[in-house]
Amino acid sequence: MHRYLAGADDNRRMLEKVGCSSVEELFASLPAEVRCGPLDLPPGRSEEEVRREFWALAGKNLTTECSVCFLGAGVYRHVQPAVADALLQRGEFFTAYTPYQPEVAQGTLQAIFEFQTYVCQLTELDVANASMYDGATAVVEAALLARRALPGRSRVAVAGSLHPDYNAVLRTYAEAQGIALTEVGWDAAGRLDAASLASALGPDVCAVIVQSPNVFGVVEDLASVGATAKAAGALAVQAVAEATSLGVLAPGGRFGFDVVCGELQAFGIPAAFGGPHLGFFAARQNHLRQMPGRLVGETVDAEGKRAFVLTLSTREQHIRRAKATSNICTNHGLMALAATMVLSLLGKKGVREVALASHSVAEYLKAGVRGPGSGVRLAFPEGPTYNEFLVLHDDPEGLLARMQKELILGGVATTRLGTDLPRGILIAATERNTREECDRLLDALRRLA
Amino acid sequence: MSDTRSLREREKLIFEASSPGRVGYQLPTLDVPAADPAATIPAASLRGEIAELPEVSEVDVVRHFTRLSKWNYSVDEGLYPLGSCTMKYNPRINEEVVRLAGIAHLHPLQPVDLVQGALALMWELEQALIAVTGMARVTLQPAAGAHGELTGMLMIRKALQARGEHRKVVLIPDSAHGTNPATAVFAGFEVVEIASNEQGTLDLEPVRTHLDGGNVAALMATVPNTLGVFEPEIARLAGMLHEKGAFLYMDGANLNAFVGVAQPGKMGADALHINLHKTFSTPHGGGGPGAGPVAVSQALVPFLPVPTVEKSGDRFDLVHDHPATIGKVRGFYGNFGMLVRALAYIRSMGGAGLKAMTEGAVLNANYIRKSLEGIYNLKYTGPSLHEVVFDDSRQAEKGVHNIDIAKRLLDYGFHPPTMSFPLIVHGALMIEPTESEGIQELDAFIEAMKAIALEAEENPEMLHGAPYTTPVRRLDEVRAARQPVLRWQRPRE
Amino acid sequence: MTQPADRMYSRTHEWALLAGDVVTVGITQFAQEQLGDVVFVELPAVGAAVAPGKAAGNIESVKAVSEVFSPVAGEVIEVNTALEGHPELINKEPFGEGWLMRVRVVAGAAAGLMDAAAYETFLAEEGH
Repeated sequence: MHRYLAGADDNRRMLEKVGCSSVEELFASLPAEVRCGPLDLPPGRSEEEVRREFWALAGKNLTTECSVCFLGAGVYRHVQPAVADALLQRGEFFTAYTPYQPEVAQGTLQAIFEFQTYVCQLTELDVANASMYDGATAVVEAALLARRALPGRSRVAVAGSLHPDYNAVLRTYAEAQGIALTEVGWDAAGRLDAASLASALGPDVCAVIVQSPNVFGVVEDLASVGATAKAAGALAVQAVAEATSLGVLAPGGRFGFDVVCGELQAFGIPAAFGGPHLGFFAARQNHLRQMPGRLVGETVDAEGKRAFVLTLSTREQHIRRAKATSNICTNHGLMALAATMVLSLLGKKGVREVALASHSVAEYLKAGVRGPGSGVRLAFPEGPTYNEFLVLHDDPEGLLARMQKELILGGVATTRLGTDLPRGILIAATERNTREECDRLLDALRRLA
Repeated sequence: MSDTRSLREREKLIFEASSPGRVGYQLPTLDVPAADPAATIPAASLRGEIAELPEVSEVDVVRHFTRLSKWNYSVDEGLYPLGSCTMKYNPRINEEVVRLAGIAHLHPLQPVDLVQGALALMWELEQALIAVTGMARVTLQPAAGAHGELTGMLMIRKALQARGEHRKVVLIPDSAHGTNPATAVFAGFEVVEIASNEQGTLDLEPVRTHLDGGNVAALMATVPNTLGVFEPEIARLAGMLHEKGAFLYMDGANLNAFVGVAQPGKMGADALHINLHKTFSTPHGGGGPGAGPVAVSQALVPFLPVPTVEKSGDRFDLVHDHPATIGKVRGFYGNFGMLVRALAYIRSMGGAGLKAMTEGAVLNANYIRKSLEGIYNLKYTGPSLHEVVFDDSRQAEKGVHNIDIAKRLLDYGFHPPTMSFPLIVHGALMIEPTESEGIQELDAFIEAMKAIALEAEENPEMLHGAPYTTPVRRLDEVRAARQPVLRWQRPRE
Repeated sequence: MTQPADRMYSRTHEWALLAGDVVTVGITQFAQEQLGDVVFVELPAVGAAVAPGKAAGNIESVKAVSEVFSPVAGEVIEVNTALEGHPELINKEPFGEGWLMRVRVVAGAAAGLMDAAAYETFLAEEGH
């Protein structure tokens, strides 16, 4: 028998009650043509053997923690407090399901309510949901919301400087939904090009999607983009791939944006080779009924005590089925809990300090790149940036490979992102990068570029 | 005594615990010059401190979330018989290995030679899922079951387009989970509902009739269906669909009912999502993250989302070059952390162990069925696999409904079964014990269900007020929906 | 159950009260009981065209959504805005303050509807 299963005597007694002589009889309803032989898998292993296999697999990877890491492009290496992971490993949290029975799920529900509050505070919007799969799918849901909100308009103007993965996922969904996409270019400063935006707008456009900071790390002029979108009768959507930027940058909510959504991984979620991360979605009050995903609301119990419960669920697939606002069922609850803990630990001072420190490290690097003989040059010297910037280079992957021999993960080659971005390297800095690491990177660029 | 607290007292919101000057973190000393954002970023794009964020210490945070955790019921605490959700034990070794630095701290855009172990792991999991399902290939990208459904349906759509066909109709049985119709619509199809027969399963005839129209793209079927009953005609249905150029989408939510016994590949499935958080033990996390890999038949392989993980000699690579792909369905490559846990589970169980898992799940469900039959009504009496769906019709005669039974179960220390579907069973009580439970836990649950049935006879009024012993009592859900309060706000002075 | 005799009824449990060429529409006592506590009402825009058999809006309870049909064809000239903040009016006074909308109709628009007695019989036949 197996350590995760009941024993032989349990089975014998149960079979007796069921009135079968063997378990095999319980599968009599499965016809012979669908049956299979023994699975072609190795035999079950002990915990020690499993550990051994995964240690070996892990050993074939270079972890970012054993290198000098300036990788970003949608996944950032920020503060990861011990407290968050320790609490996350409480079985009461991670072995519970979606809080459909609120009387025995107040822990999860209250945490989500706190999460929704944090997202509203960060975005300066009215309502936020319980989380989405990731930044890319959150942006898709924003486009879908816009289409529902403005029937008859089925075109989305989307910034070419949106994260290429977000853009690619949007294309996949848009095709099936009959949404046309018009790409909006960038100007010499790496910002959304005003003329390109103006020509993309029209009476059939339901949304303008802009990322800030964008994939080049450049901070967009949200006030202007928001006003332009509004004047054209379209919803304004801000995508955020680097959520710690919200510690110093004014969010779209301040400028009348309808939706601010994206990725909260930066607040304490491990990179984990790309997932699970934490999509978020916030909107203005008038879009409440069109929100995708789960919402937790405050109410009272039979004794008048404050309590929390999943609410407005008539929007969702399990009730509205084919007419649901989204087909999503699960969110990323555990990741939302992690971010809630990290945001609580950082609090008012820390959210800002992380952002200021990350910005400072990035500015130090930028100053180095601007200096003589740095080997590379800034793609957008006039573009204001938060903690990430693009340097131009003809063979970014070759250059990164040379640096990698010195255990420097110098950035992300735009050629890896597989689009029409300028050839070069995206360099991202966080509060975890030291001056010494920065100097090693600058030195490597000088020697190897 | 108003200032004292008891274990039944509620925890404040973290925002209400805020006290000026407290911090719960310390950053490394900043050893580069502090940069003023205003020096480079236009003032209008900047913000100051976010005034409403809390100020709490590390101890405050530990206490707050520890207390909150105690208000949750979880699999670690006991039987969690939510039908269709497969709340099985989540092994701790899975949690350990996913936190190895060489696994948790990998950036998805590191050069591929520095992540060969991660790619090997994904490749191994794909091979294992192929072995389990008997399908041609598997994409690991979808983030959840519903996301997997969408990925599968987009592939079917693309395959039809590649043949120059624009079929619009997707057939879905009335017993289906709500994600199926929602997904079909999001993939650009129209839904036609197919009525189940008296056994709650699918007949060939209604499907054949629709197929004759020539506009059917696919049938979405859950196997076994949401009653826990195997679809006896599934292979013939697949044959009929294929003959007419349509596809069989199989909802794999209930795959755990036949792993090691039968294979979707042999049933004729063209696409099947696999909820790793159900069959393969990854934790539900209070509502995600899940993972919903999709296994496909040879016919759909060209349309898999990119990138795929390919092996050549000893080297693994991420390959984007698939001209007919549906594209990307999410950022990067999937919920990698969930993939790691699932592979650890498959390694722990082994081939024979997975079959024993299936047998345990089916035996446990049948034990509950046998023990409660005659006490709760069983509308559909076909043979149960991993779950059994009773209903409240006997108790309803006394005015007691499934919600009352569910809430009373909380007083007996158990999480209730699923009640919201299948829609073909009014007042459903869908019970899925999983293989994790031994006979004592099952007996305790059965005794509780029997006791509640008795209470329904003798004291139905009492059940309407249940639960009585939980941290909070029944909630005013009407108020929550009529005047939605979805965030905390500082009370006005 | 007594149905007000001053109006006509549909088989989908809406009522229509005629006054000249304006018809006030609501749902019946029976319908509101079936729905349970109403939490949200989505009504058509003023000026929208409505017709029998075509959904004109939605009424939501906590765990269900029901479509509302106009029992008459015409143009919506007014909707009950009080329902925005007080959807419970539908539960409390389905035949009064819980009305849904007013529709301008052409002559003969109420053809095919039942009177109170016929609706009562209809309910009885349906097993309610």
